[in-house]
Amino acid sequence: MATIEFNNVCVDFPIYNANTRSLKKRLLQVATGGQLGADQQGRVVVRALEDLSFTFKDGDRVGLLGHNGAGKSTLLRLLGGVYEPSSGCARINGVIGSLIDISLGIDSEATGRENIYFRGGLLGMTRAEISKQIDDIIEFSELGNFVDMPMRTYSSGMHLRLAFSVSTILRPEILLMDEWLSVGDEGFKHKAEKRMTELVQVTNILVIASHSREVILDTCNRVIWLEHGRVRMDGDPESVVAAYFGG
Amino acid sequence: MRKSSTITALSDIAMAARRYSLVGMLGWQDVRQRYRRSALGPFWLTISMGVMIASIGVVFGQIFNSPMKEFLPFLAVGMIFWGFISSVITEGCTGFIAAEGIIKQLSIPLFVHILRVLWRNFLILAHNIVIFPLVLLAVGKPLSWIAFISIPGLLLVVVNLTWIALILGVLCARYRDLPQIVGSILQILFYLTPIMWMPDLLPKRAGLYLLDSNPVYHLLEIIRSPLLGQLPTTTNWEISLALALFGWFLAIAVYGRFKRRIAYWL
Repeated sequence: MATIEFNNVCVDFPIYNANTRSLKKRLLQVATGGQLGADQQGRVVVRALEDLSFTFKDGDRVGLLGHNGAGKSTLLRLLGGVYEPSSGCARINGVIGSLIDISLGIDSEATGRENIYFRGGLLGMTRAEISKQIDDIIEFSELGNFVDMPMRTYSSGMHLRLAFSVSTILRPEILLMDEWLSVGDEGFKHKAEKRMTELVQVTNILVIASHSREVILDTCNRVIWLEHGRVRMDGDPESVVAAYFGG
Repeated sequence: MRKSSTITALSDIAMAARRYSLVGMLGWQDVRQRYRRSALGPFWLTISMGVMIASIGVVFGQIFNSPMKEFLPFLAVGMIFWGFISSVITEGCTGFIAAEGIIKQLSIPLFVHILRVLWRNFLILAHNIVIFPLVLLAVGKPLSWIAFISIPGLLLVVVNLTWIALILGVLCARYRDLPQIVGSILQILFYLTPIMWMPDLLPKRAGLYLLDSNPVYHLLEIIRSPLLGQLPTTTNWEISLALALFGWFLAIAVYGRFKRRIAYWL
């Protein structure tokens, strides 16, 4: 049982090296990003998310739509527990798994096998747990003997295959994704797709940020459209997608 | 509903302790990453430390006219543990800054990054300590049973270093000038603390000020003197313990108050 409950959540980023606000910045703000402002002490802050209130329950497959800088990634990080809201209240119950930046923590001088341990450790597995699953991971990645070679000898496809194989081994209750993961050549892509679908099926809550209409329509049953850090629209996929992509 | 800051700090620290296997891996990775594809690996550190101790030992031993049998082991222990203390403190400053990538993507207890710094430097210390028995052999000084007392001493020093690294990690994430200031202060402390010079060279009055008011001296002493065959004084223990208690209270207050801001500052 997993739930996510947001009540008037705001996220403000303090910017310490931008003391002067100029007209140029004012103008830029209209085009992209959140809202620049100043807090009580006169520091420059970027308001990345403003006044978000929603509840996600088991079975929700939430898609996040929005232009660059609309606050999608910040929201994902908030959901992942990286940031705590500057004001408001975010209650998140459930084991969180993140498929954002699956290559994080990979050391190219270390071997594939060592990197499986690093990556697994970062995702919260203990050494013993990884050791139990390592054969499956290696088999899935189809790296064969390459797994004992330094990662710098890998092609970028192999690199991603390894990262993918480790990162999708967990079955979290809340799954966070930034774009649908798709890796490898034709054969692998098919296998990866199958694993992703399986992963998405067993997770209680999925939150995915995407620019792709197909992904949103295929996977989600609820879509939130963010604009300048605020919820512009929140509803069923068809209507939000229609409005966002300009119908 | 916001939890009280003390609970925030303590629960983060407890959760980090449970991730010891990750700390272990990251720490090892750091050490190995620096010396990959080199045949001697981390023992290069040992060699450079050894060379430094030997050259300082010869020069300053002559200048101060100290007997080598006393001075060289004193210098070796001092340099090795000072190296540990100072690098934990300097790297503690960048503990959170260097882990920015991880902190911004995964919600791993932040204290893990401080433990990683400690563990990494402990591994390096373990490589450097090899020099000490060699020095003892070279000058023909025996090691007494008292040396075991330096183990609790080291533990207490580590407890102290942890809070220092934690507070500095938090503050340096916010104020990026601080690591430079800390670096300079450490440099000064290196000269003020008897590491290259022996405390009995000081005139009595000056010694009182320079030694007793220097917390690093007391911390170093609870490790160093047992290794050289003397018991640390009660004052050494008292000050080190008091420092640990006071420091941890402060650290928990600071950490609890600012932990949630760290990700924003990076």
